Amino acid sequence: MIQFDNVSKRYDTGFEALKRVSFTIEHNEMVFLTGHSGAGKSTLLKLIMLMERPSAGRVIIDGDDLQVISRRHIPQLRRKIGVVFQNHQLLFDRSVYDNVALPLIIAGHAPREIGRRVRAALDKVGLLDKEKHNPIQLSGGQQQRVGIARAVVNKPDILLADEPTGNLDPELSAEIMRLFYQFNQVGVTVLIATHDLQLIARLNNRMLTLRDGQLLTPRSDFTTSTFSSEDGADDNLLDSGIRDSLFGAGRSDDNGVADVD
Amino acid sequence: MSTERNERRPQGAVSAKASTADVFRAWRAHNKLVAGDSLRRLLRAPLASVMTWVVIGIALALPAGLYVLLGNVQQLSRGWDGAPQISLFLHQHVDEEEGRNLSRRLGSDRELAGVDYLSRDDALREFRDLSGFGDVLQQLDSNPLPAVIVARPRQTLVLTAEQTEKLRARLATMPEVEFAQLDLEWVQRLYAMMALGRRIVASVALLLCIGVLMVIGNTIRLAIESRRDEIVVVKLVGGTDAFVRRPFLYTGVWYGLGGGVVATMIVGLGMMVLQEPVAQLAGLYNSQYRLMGLSFGDMGNLWLGSAMLGWLGAWLAVARHLGDIEPQ
Repeated sequence: MIQFDNVSKRYDTGFEALKRVSFTIEHNEMVFLTGHSGAGKSTLLKLIMLMERPSAGRVIIDGDDLQVISRRHIPQLRRKIGVVFQNHQLLFDRSVYDNVALPLIIAGHAPREIGRRVRAALDKVGLLDKEKHNPIQLSGGQQQRVGIARAVVNKPDILLADEPTGNLDPELSAEIMRLFYQFNQVGVTVLIATHDLQLIARLNNRMLTLRDGQLLTPRSDFTTSTFSSEDGADDNLLDSGIRDSLFGAGRSDDNGVADVD
Repeated sequence: MSTERNERRPQGAVSAKASTADVFRAWRAHNKLVAGDSLRRLLRAPLASVMTWVVIGIALALPAGLYVLLGNVQQLSRGWDGAPQISLFLHQHVDEEEGRNLSRRLGSDRELAGVDYLSRDDALREFRDLSGFGDVLQQLDSNPLPAVIVARPRQTLVLTAEQTEKLRARLATMPEVEFAQLDLEWVQRLYAMMALGRRIVASVALLLCIGVLMVIGNTIRLAIESRRDEIVVVKLVGGTDAFVRRPFLYTGVWYGLGGGVVATMIVGLGMMVLQEPVAQLAGLYNSQYRLMGLSFGDMGNLWLGSAMLGWLGAWLAVARHLGDIEPQ
């Protein structure tokens, strides 16, 4: 789903943010991207979003070589990718509902469809009762969840998150992480950049570690720790909570966001 | 959909694509939404918006006002156009009977459509009535004015100025005629002046339209700057350039249209102010002439043009500045 092939990125200042990085993230994988700040995590995500272009090498997303995607076609690529930002990137001049609806309005969905999906997404992140609020009235954790709802409302193939738990306490972080697991469970490829090693150390997911722009651990064929229900990941921190919310009773199939439809 | 739902194993959420019909409907709905929203934004800052409207209005009122003025001059001269007359001023020694004889002779001239004889007394009376110099004339011992025969060439002969001139020259050679004048000349001069006037109006309009473009462009630039965060987010979640551009183009259209309406009001106000003095002046010339303002068609054109100017100004600003705002 996400393939980096000898990708280097040198900024105009001469700073080399990524050096010959190669890896492959399979469809429906959930991968953590770690490294100290300045190691190149954000740059890597920006290359996937085409916010930056690589100086060398190729980035291939869902079979599309980003090199050949013209500026005009960038929006189409971005619609396939949901992004969660550390600073949320919410708009404070409109309601929570309007924030979440934005990707759907842009993609040109019918108003009724928009209403249904926005509410399903807000329900998923537990903020259905806040739809009319302005995001500025919400706590940091709630704002982050609005950002997640906006990232998934258009049912993207790929979900990227840049330090999604950066400013949150451990409990809220676990809650956010649980949401990402749920989306991964229903088929979304998830890539999370984080330096919260404590949190992910106890999770059974593959990790890509960057140090000074170079990839340390993985080779591209390294896929053993892909999270899936057959993986025997029963003993990890979030598992029971995830199982409850995913397979426990009471979740309507019609909630829209996590549906496989 | 139901068959897909039956497959419970994770298989990747299919990203939601909207159908073409949906996209068109959404495009239309979004245009409507954005049109309304951008107008509401302007009205939320009424003072700033009104100031912009007035600036644009004044800039547009000047060429619009000149245009109206020119239209009036054209209307005023319409009575004469295309119908040249040749005035034959007779020698002082030609008495009334000789004059009338000549007039009759000319009446049967095949190059002339008709003639009017104006005796010296008639001429004096007309001059006194129209010129306002009646008192001065009363002081004179004798009537200084010659008798005049006003000859109208046949329409077929009004083809070229040359032919008319030849006719004038022939009539001028008659012994009773002291001097023959082609009245067309001053009409032609008037027309030449009006052509000049039109050119001046066009130049002024062009300059002021460029000014309006700059005003709107600069205003839109500020609007873009103030909505930078929104633009970044929209681009991040897959908004096309057209989507990002749309609210600003509508803002430009509202600025332009508002300016056009203000310009109409300024011109209307100017007409009201000028109406009375013009009526007085016309009265002095024994005329019922009334100033004509902007017609509904003119008004429509002015509003359409100003809206288009606004759109264009916004386009320029957007093309120039939107590319600078990219997600970092």
